[in-house]
Amino acid sequence: MAAPDLTADAVPVASRPILAATAAMAVALALAPHVGIYPVFLMKALCFALFACAFNLLIGFGGLLSFGHAMFLGTAGYVAAHAAKVWGAPPEFAILAGTAAAALLGVVSGALAIRRQGIYFAMITLALAQMIFFFYLQAPFTHGEDGIQAVPRGRLFGLIDLSGTLVMYYFVLAIFLGGFLLIFRVIHSPFGNVLKAIRENEPRAISLGYDAERYKLLAFVLSATLSGLAGATKAIVFQLASLTDVHWTMSGEVVLMTLLGGMGTIFGPVVGAFAIIGLESYLAGFGQWVTVITGAIFVVCVLAFRRGIVGELGAWWARRGS
Amino acid sequence: MTEIFGVPLQALYGQLLVGLINGAFYAMLSLGLAVIFGLLNIINFTHGAQYMMGAFCSYFLLQYAGVGYWWSLLLAPIVVGATGIVIERTMLARLYKLDHLYGLLLTFGLALIIQGVFTNYYGSSGMPYRIPDELAGGINLGFMFLPKYRAWVIAASLVICLTTWYVIERTKLGSYLRAATENRALVQAFGVNVPRMITLTYGFGVGLAAFAGVMAAPIYQVNPLMGATLIIVVFAVVVIGGMGSILGAIVTGFGLGIVEGLTKVFYPEASNTVIFVIMVIVLLIKPAGLFGRER
Repeated sequence: MAAPDLTADAVPVASRPILAATAAMAVALALAPHVGIYPVFLMKALCFALFACAFNLLIGFGGLLSFGHAMFLGTAGYVAAHAAKVWGAPPEFAILAGTAAAALLGVVSGALAIRRQGIYFAMITLALAQMIFFFYLQAPFTHGEDGIQAVPRGRLFGLIDLSGTLVMYYFVLAIFLGGFLLIFRVIHSPFGNVLKAIRENEPRAISLGYDAERYKLLAFVLSATLSGLAGATKAIVFQLASLTDVHWTMSGEVVLMTLLGGMGTIFGPVVGAFAIIGLESYLAGFGQWVTVITGAIFVVCVLAFRRGIVGELGAWWARRGS
Repeated sequence: MTEIFGVPLQALYGQLLVGLINGAFYAMLSLGLAVIFGLLNIINFTHGAQYMMGAFCSYFLLQYAGVGYWWSLLLAPIVVGATGIVIERTMLARLYKLDHLYGLLLTFGLALIIQGVFTNYYGSSGMPYRIPDELAGGINLGFMFLPKYRAWVIAASLVICLTTWYVIERTKLGSYLRAATENRALVQAFGVNVPRMITLTYGFGVGLAAFAGVMAAPIYQVNPLMGATLIIVVFAVVVIGGMGSILGAIVTGFGLGIVEGLTKVFYPEASNTVIFVIMVIVLLIKPAGLFGRER
């Protein structure tokens, strides 16, 4: 019953039911603030869901475990917040600037990290992220421990005032769905299939004539860019960019969300992000015990629950069907 | 006062000493990681937390049992190593057939649990641990003042590192270990109890981390998060050195400590990041690491 390897597809990929489920998810999310779910919580969860989906693109379909994804989330957040506050840029430009910065960082760090594989890849990304963390700790524009505060949300395209919570929520939902569908499209594209082939058997993919390094780098940059989109949006929503988002614990958190939800599944990261963010807001008063519980979830997932929530559900569904 | 490149020699010697001390810890920790990785194929993310547990163990021994530094140096590694053995038997042993990355994720989770529990009870501020009387004070070398305890840390860690190297590279037991690293099934076929060897190796690696923790207690204070950021630097050290060679881990550890110390003198802003920058350069020039081999 154990999953054979870290990245094996838990659910057979068939796009039509997944598209139907995506539509159902979109409707549910659009209605959620009207049935009494706190919109600020939903926005936070959606930002993290996009972050986790971007991370999952790399681990679930490329087989690359990055332990430094916080650097993209945080970088985009800082750049977006700086653009919106200091340059007075409109929100759409601030978010684009943040996303572009994350993409650029993704190119550089990805080109370095893919020089090694497996366990080394994880350690290198972690070390690079720590270097970026120290850079932001010392750089004057980030305001160190205080972070960039009171970032203006501004008017979208100069027309729509984002200061209203519901307006902001639908904007975030649109960004999340856009990112989610893009990832879905990438996974089912020829590019996505080559990526999976490289994950399963890299020497063989190379012998078939695929430039494995280029594919891996492209996947890394794509993942970094979408993580940046999540980070930039998060900075505009919460009007804050701080060191928390570049800290190594954040890199661990996105791993946890993806692991809990189900690595290599389409919806797993979304479920994982909502579960973890929900748990954290529920346990907010318990201080450091949150860290302990987070660690415990890691241990339980690795020892007994490697497919994650969505992966287990998918396996149960497949068993029932046969 | 004598100066070199506009830096007083006193400051240079002082930072070199600090660099050597840090290097001693990098060497001991990356050595433990390399030994564990060699046999278990697992990167032990809990290593930093186990280093912290060593420091706490000596603190508890002093506080509640009146056991002093020297006995702690022996007892703490045994106690913490025993907890490591329990972890290996109950959890890590289930993961050997799976992707290596699961080991990383499991030990990461364990590190969060351990650090979270200690932070809960002891906060994140450090608690002082007194330098043992025998090693208090220092020696005036004429050109600088050398605190006795720091000299002891450097000497002791060198002895520990070289002993480990000797045992692994030059003894019968070490040859079993190296053989099992290469081909576990074959060594088992020769009648060596490989699972027990793996368990003891993990216990030894963890004990080494705890030993480093006891030595660190009087220098850095006892703090629940003392290992959390250190372990990330040690990972970079491991990437730079490559995990293929024991001696390589030792040399890289001390060398990088010294480089870091020198950076503090000549360009303090970069002292936090210099090791990561070196990692980037090494990855560009020699991706397998200075002493490593691709595997």
